[in-house]
Amino acid sequence: MKSAVIVFPGSNCDRDMAEALRLVSGRAPAMVWHRESELPDGLDLVAIPGGFSYGDYLRSGAMAAQSPVMRAVKEAAARGVFVLGVCNGFQVLTEARLLPGALMRNAGLSFICRDVPLTVENSQSAFTARYAAGEAITISIAHHDGNYQADEATLDRLEGEDRVAFRYAEEVNGSARRIAGILNEAGNVLGMMPHPERAVEEAHGRTDGRRLFEGLLEAVSQHA
Amino acid sequence: MKIHVFVTLKNGVLDPQGKAIHRALEGLGFSGINDVRAGKLIELAIADSVTDAEIEEMCRKLLANTVIENYRIERVETAA
Repeated sequence: MKSAVIVFPGSNCDRDMAEALRLVSGRAPAMVWHRESELPDGLDLVAIPGGFSYGDYLRSGAMAAQSPVMRAVKEAAARGVFVLGVCNGFQVLTEARLLPGALMRNAGLSFICRDVPLTVENSQSAFTARYAAGEAITISIAHHDGNYQADEATLDRLEGEDRVAFRYAEEVNGSARRIAGILNEAGNVLGMMPHPERAVEEAHGRTDGRRLFEGLLEAVSQHA
Repeated sequence: MKIHVFVTLKNGVLDPQGKAIHRALEGLGFSGINDVRAGKLIELAIADSVTDAEIEEMCRKLLANTVIENYRIERVETAA
Protein backbone atom coordinates (compact mmCIF):
# COMPACT_ATOMS: atom_id res chain seq x y z
CA MET A 1 0.00 0.00 0.00
CA LYS A 2 1.46 3.30 -1.07
CA SER A 3 0.42 6.05 1.29
CA ALA A 4 1.14 9.68 2.05
CA VAL A 5 0.72 11.72 5.21
CA ILE A 6 -0.01 15.41 4.75
CA VAL A 7 1.93 17.69 7.07
CA PHE A 8 0.64 21.16 7.93
CA PRO A 9 2.32 23.67 10.20
CA GLY A 10 0.88 22.63 13.55
CA SER A 11 0.23 18.97 12.69
CA ASN A 12 1.36 16.88 15.64
CA CYS A 13 0.08 13.37 14.96
CA ASP A 14 1.80 13.05 11.58
CA ARG A 15 4.58 10.85 12.92
CA ASP A 16 2.16 8.62 14.84
CA MET A 17 0.18 8.19 11.63
CA ALA A 18 3.30 7.45 9.61
CA GLU A 19 4.46 4.90 12.15
CA ALA A 20 1.06 3.14 12.19
CA LEU A 21 1.05 2.97 8.39
CA ARG A 22 4.61 1.66 8.30
CA LEU A 23 3.83 -0.94 10.93
CA VAL A 24 0.72 -2.28 9.23
CA SER A 25 1.68 -1.96 5.57
CA GLY A 26 5.41 -2.57 5.88
CA ARG A 27 6.05 0.55 3.87
CA ALA A 28 6.82 4.02 5.15
CA PRO A 29 4.45 6.67 3.80
CA ALA A 30 5.62 9.76 1.92
CA MET A 31 5.43 12.85 4.12
CA VAL A 32 3.92 15.62 1.99
CA TRP A 33 4.27 19.26 3.03
CA HIS A 34 1.15 21.40 2.72
CA ARG A 35 2.67 23.70 0.11
CA GLU A 36 3.07 20.89 -2.41
CA SER A 37 0.60 21.13 -5.22
CA GLU A 38 0.97 17.52 -6.27
CA LEU A 39 0.88 14.19 -4.49
CA PRO A 40 3.28 11.33 -5.26
CA ASP A 41 2.17 9.12 -8.15
CA GLY A 42 0.20 5.94 -7.62
CA LEU A 43 -1.03 6.62 -4.09
CA ASP A 44 -3.55 4.27 -2.50
CA LEU A 45 -4.14 6.31 0.63
CA VAL A 46 -3.79 9.90 1.78
CA ALA A 47 -3.86 10.41 5.55
CA ILE A 48 -4.56 13.80 7.08
CA PRO A 49 -3.27 13.66 10.64
CA GLY A 50 -4.33 15.26 13.88
CA GLY A 51 -2.91 18.40 15.39
CA PHE A 52 -3.62 22.08 15.33
CA SER A 53 -2.97 23.08 11.75
CA TYR A 54 -2.34 26.83 11.52
CA GLY A 55 -3.01 27.09 15.22
CA ASP A 56 -6.73 26.49 14.61
CA TYR A 57 -6.90 30.10 13.41
CA LEU A 58 -10.32 31.23 12.17
CA ARG A 59 -11.83 27.74 12.67
CA SER A 60 -10.22 24.35 13.19
CA GLY A 61 -9.08 23.08 9.81
CA ALA A 62 -10.24 26.18 7.92
CA MET A 63 -6.82 27.42 6.82
CA ALA A 64 -5.47 23.94 6.06
CA ALA A 65 -8.50 23.23 3.86
CA GLN A 66 -7.39 26.09 1.59
CA SER A 67 -3.75 25.01 1.30
CA PRO A 68 -2.36 24.01 -2.13
CA VAL A 69 -2.02 20.32 -1.26
CA MET A 70 -5.74 20.04 -0.49
CA ARG A 71 -6.57 20.69 -4.11
CA ALA A 72 -4.52 17.63 -4.98
CA VAL A 73 -6.19 15.66 -2.18
CA LYS A 74 -9.63 16.57 -3.56
CA GLU A 75 -8.60 15.38 -7.01
CA ALA A 76 -7.22 12.16 -5.55
CA ALA A 77 -10.45 11.58 -3.59
CA ALA A 78 -12.46 12.09 -6.77
CA ARG A 79 -10.33 9.43 -8.47
CA GLY A 80 -11.17 6.97 -5.70
CA VAL A 81 -7.94 7.17 -3.68
CA PHE A 82 -8.66 6.44 -0.01
CA VAL A 83 -8.53 9.50 2.23
CA LEU A 84 -8.42 9.18 6.02
CA GLY A 85 -8.74 12.27 8.19
CA VAL A 86 -8.23 11.86 11.91
CA CYS A 87 -9.09 14.53 14.49
CA ASN A 88 -7.81 17.77 12.95
CA GLY A 89 -7.76 15.79 9.69
CA PHE A 90 -11.54 15.26 10.05
CA GLN A 91 -11.94 19.00 10.66
CA VAL A 92 -9.89 19.72 7.53
CA LEU A 93 -12.05 17.33 5.46
CA THR A 94 -15.29 19.01 6.54
CA GLU A 95 -13.83 22.48 5.92
CA ALA A 96 -12.68 21.29 2.47
CA ARG A 97 -16.26 20.02 1.91
CA LEU A 98 -15.05 16.51 1.23
CA LEU A 99 -17.35 15.52 4.08
CA PRO A 100 -20.60 17.19 5.19
CA GLY A 101 -21.22 18.98 8.47
CA ALA A 102 -18.87 20.78 10.83
CA LEU A 103 -16.93 20.14 14.03
CA MET A 104 -17.67 22.66 16.71
CA ARG A 105 -16.37 23.35 20.20
CA ASN A 106 -17.08 20.46 22.59
CA ALA A 107 -20.40 20.99 24.33
CA GLY A 108 -18.68 21.08 27.75
CA LEU A 109 -16.07 23.56 26.40
CA SER A 110 -13.22 21.42 27.74
CA PHE A 111 -10.45 19.77 25.80
CA ILE A 112 -11.13 16.04 26.22
CA CYS A 113 -8.27 13.55 26.20
CA ARG A 114 -9.27 10.01 27.14
CA ASP A 115 -10.22 6.58 25.89
CA VAL A 116 -13.77 6.42 24.60
CA PRO A 117 -15.99 3.46 23.84
CA LEU A 118 -17.16 3.40 20.22
CA THR A 119 -19.63 1.36 18.25
CA VAL A 120 -18.71 0.35 14.72
CA GLU A 121 -21.84 1.22 12.77
CA ASN A 122 -20.83 0.26 9.26
CA SER A 123 -18.60 -2.70 8.47
CA GLN A 124 -19.05 -2.43 4.71
CA SER A 125 -16.42 0.22 3.98
CA ALA A 126 -12.78 -0.55 3.28
CA PHE A 127 -11.93 1.31 6.50
CA THR A 128 -14.23 -0.79 8.65
CA ALA A 129 -14.30 -4.12 6.80
CA ARG A 130 -12.23 -5.83 9.48
CA TYR A 131 -14.72 -4.92 12.20
CA ALA A 132 -18.14 -6.42 12.81
CA ALA A 133 -21.17 -4.14 12.54
CA GLY A 134 -22.22 -3.21 16.05
CA GLU A 135 -18.84 -4.16 17.50
CA ALA A 136 -17.73 -2.27 20.60
CA ILE A 137 -14.18 -0.94 20.45
CA THR A 138 -12.16 1.57 22.46
CA ILE A 139 -9.99 4.26 20.91
CA SER A 140 -8.67 7.45 22.46
CA ILE A 141 -9.71 10.97 21.61
CA ALA A 142 -7.85 14.23 22.21
CA HIS A 143 -9.74 17.25 20.97
CA HIS A 144 -11.38 20.55 21.76
CA ASP A 145 -13.53 20.79 18.65
CA GLY A 146 -15.10 17.39 18.13
CA ASN A 147 -18.74 18.28 18.46
CA TYR A 148 -20.10 17.07 15.11
CA GLN A 149 -23.03 19.10 13.83
CA ALA A 150 -25.04 19.07 10.62
CA ASP A 151 -28.62 19.91 9.74
CA GLU A 152 -31.27 17.25 10.34
CA ALA A 153 -31.59 16.43 6.64
CA THR A 154 -27.85 15.77 6.38
CA LEU A 155 -27.88 13.64 9.54
CA ASP A 156 -30.84 11.63 8.23
CA ARG A 157 -29.08 11.15 4.94
CA LEU A 158 -25.83 10.01 6.60
CA GLU A 159 -27.74 7.45 8.62
CA GLY A 160 -29.99 6.40 5.73
CA GLU A 161 -26.99 5.82 3.48
CA ASP A 162 -25.12 3.93 6.19
CA ARG A 163 -22.36 6.55 6.21
CA VAL A 164 -21.92 6.79 9.97
CA ALA A 165 -18.81 4.66 10.45
CA PHE A 166 -18.35 5.10 14.21
CA ARG A 167 -20.54 6.36 17.00
CA TYR A 168 -19.62 7.20 20.59
CA ALA A 169 -21.15 4.60 22.87
CA GLU A 170 -21.68 7.27 25.51
CA GLU A 171 -22.14 11.04 25.59
CA VAL A 172 -18.70 12.57 24.95
CA ASN A 173 -18.68 15.99 23.31
CA GLY A 174 -22.20 16.92 22.28
CA SER A 175 -21.96 15.46 18.77
CA ALA A 176 -25.28 15.16 16.95
CA ARG A 177 -26.47 11.56 17.21
CA ARG A 178 -23.14 10.76 18.92
CA ILE A 179 -21.40 10.66 15.55
CA ALA A 180 -17.66 10.02 15.83
CA GLY A 181 -16.78 9.27 12.22
CA ILE A 182 -18.44 9.51 8.81
CA LEU A 183 -17.87 8.36 5.25
CA ASN A 184 -18.38 10.24 2.00
CA GLU A 185 -20.91 9.07 -0.53
CA ALA A 186 -18.45 6.91 -2.45
CA GLY A 187 -17.08 5.36 0.74
CA ASN A 188 -13.44 6.20 0.03
CA VAL A 189 -13.17 9.17 2.41
CA LEU A 190 -13.42 8.70 6.18
CA GLY A 191 -13.22 11.41 8.81
CA MET A 192 -13.14 10.50 12.50
CA MET A 193 -12.28 12.25 15.75
CA PRO A 194 -10.85 9.19 17.61
CA HIS A 195 -7.22 8.30 16.89
CA PRO A 196 -6.88 4.78 15.41
CA GLU A 197 -3.15 5.37 14.89
CA ARG A 198 -2.74 5.51 18.67
CA ALA A 199 -4.09 1.99 19.07
CA VAL A 200 -2.08 -0.21 16.74
CA GLU A 201 0.44 -2.01 18.92
CA GLU A 202 0.46 -3.69 22.32
CA ALA A 203 2.61 -0.93 23.78
CA HIS A 204 -0.26 1.47 23.13
CA GLY A 205 -2.34 -0.46 25.62
CA ARG A 206 -4.84 -1.51 22.98
CA THR A 207 -4.93 -2.37 19.32
CA ASP A 208 -8.50 -1.60 18.31
CA GLY A 209 -7.32 0.89 15.69
CA ARG A 210 -5.10 -1.53 13.86
CA ARG A 211 -7.86 -3.26 11.92
CA LEU A 212 -8.79 0.02 10.26
CA PHE A 213 -5.40 0.11 8.57
CA GLU A 214 -5.49 -3.64 7.89
CA GLY A 215 -8.85 -3.25 6.18
CA LEU A 216 -7.41 -0.60 3.89
CA LEU A 217 -4.38 -2.75 3.16
CA GLU A 218 -6.64 -5.63 2.20
CA ALA A 219 -8.84 -3.44 0.00
CA VAL A 220 -5.80 -2.05 -1.76
CA SER A 221 -4.16 -5.43 -2.36
CA GLN A 222 -7.42 -6.89 -3.71
CA HIS A 223 -7.65 -3.95 -6.05
CA ALA A 224 -4.10 -4.35 -7.34
CA MET B 1 -12.12 51.25 2.21
CA LYS B 2 -12.77 49.24 5.29
CA ILE B 3 -15.07 46.27 5.42
CA HIS B 4 -16.46 44.66 8.52
CA VAL B 5 -17.52 41.05 8.20
CA PHE B 6 -19.63 39.79 11.07
CA VAL B 7 -19.64 36.02 11.37
CA THR B 8 -22.33 34.55 13.60
CA LEU B 9 -23.64 31.09 14.29
CA LYS B 10 -26.86 30.23 12.52
CA ASN B 11 -30.03 30.14 14.57
CA GLY B 12 -30.51 26.74 16.08
CA VAL B 13 -26.80 25.94 16.12
CA LEU B 14 -25.80 25.33 19.71
CA ASP B 15 -23.26 27.90 20.93
CA PRO B 16 -21.33 26.46 23.89
CA GLN B 17 -19.16 29.58 24.14
CA GLY B 18 -22.18 31.86 24.25
CA LYS B 19 -23.65 29.67 26.97
CA ALA B 20 -20.45 29.87 29.03
CA ILE B 21 -20.36 33.67 28.68
CA HIS B 22 -24.02 33.77 29.71
CA ARG B 23 -23.29 31.77 32.87
CA ALA B 24 -20.25 33.89 33.67
CA LEU B 25 -22.24 37.12 33.35
CA GLU B 26 -24.87 35.74 35.70
CA GLY B 27 -22.09 34.65 38.03
CA LEU B 28 -21.00 38.29 38.15
CA GLY B 29 -24.47 39.22 39.32
CA PHE B 30 -25.88 40.59 36.05
CA SER B 31 -29.49 39.63 35.60
CA GLY B 32 -32.04 39.89 32.82
CA ILE B 33 -29.84 38.27 30.18
CA ASN B 34 -32.02 36.07 28.01
CA ASP B 35 -29.39 34.64 25.70
CA VAL B 36 -25.77 35.14 24.60
CA ARG B 37 -24.39 34.26 21.18
CA ALA B 38 -20.70 34.73 20.42
CA GLY B 39 -19.42 35.57 16.95
CA LYS B 40 -16.47 37.12 15.16
CA LEU B 41 -15.73 40.47 13.62
CA ILE B 42 -13.23 40.39 10.79
CA GLU B 43 -12.00 43.76 9.56
CA LEU B 44 -10.67 44.00 6.02
CA ALA B 45 -8.86 47.01 4.58
CA ILE B 46 -9.40 46.73 0.83
CA ALA B 47 -8.63 48.57 -2.37
CA ASP B 48 -11.53 50.40 -4.00
CA SER B 49 -11.28 48.01 -6.95
CA VAL B 50 -12.47 45.03 -4.88
CA THR B 51 -16.05 44.27 -5.87
CA ASP B 52 -18.97 43.30 -3.65
CA ALA B 53 -19.10 39.96 -5.42
CA GLU B 54 -15.48 39.31 -4.47
CA ILE B 55 -16.15 40.09 -0.83
CA GLU B 56 -19.12 37.73 -0.90
CA GLU B 57 -16.87 35.06 -2.32
CA MET B 58 -14.28 35.64 0.41
CA CYS B 59 -17.00 35.09 2.99
CA ARG B 60 -18.33 31.94 1.37
CA LYS B 61 -14.95 30.40 0.66
CA LEU B 62 -13.10 31.14 3.88
CA LEU B 63 -14.32 33.72 6.36
CA ALA B 64 -17.52 31.88 7.27
CA ASN B 65 -18.34 28.20 7.30
CA THR B 66 -21.81 28.41 5.82
CA VAL B 67 -22.68 24.99 7.18
CA ILE B 68 -22.96 26.51 10.66
CA GLU B 69 -22.39 30.25 10.25
CA ASN B 70 -24.02 33.31 8.72
CA TYR B 71 -22.09 36.37 7.64
CA ARG B 72 -23.00 40.01 7.26
CA ILE B 73 -20.90 42.48 5.29
CA GLU B 74 -20.76 46.11 6.35
CA ARG B 75 -18.89 48.86 4.54
CA VAL B 76 -17.19 51.27 6.87
CA GLU B 77 -16.20 54.61 5.35
CA THR B 78 -12.66 55.48 6.36
CA ALA B 79 -12.09 59.07 7.43
CA ALA B 80 -10.12 60.95 4.78
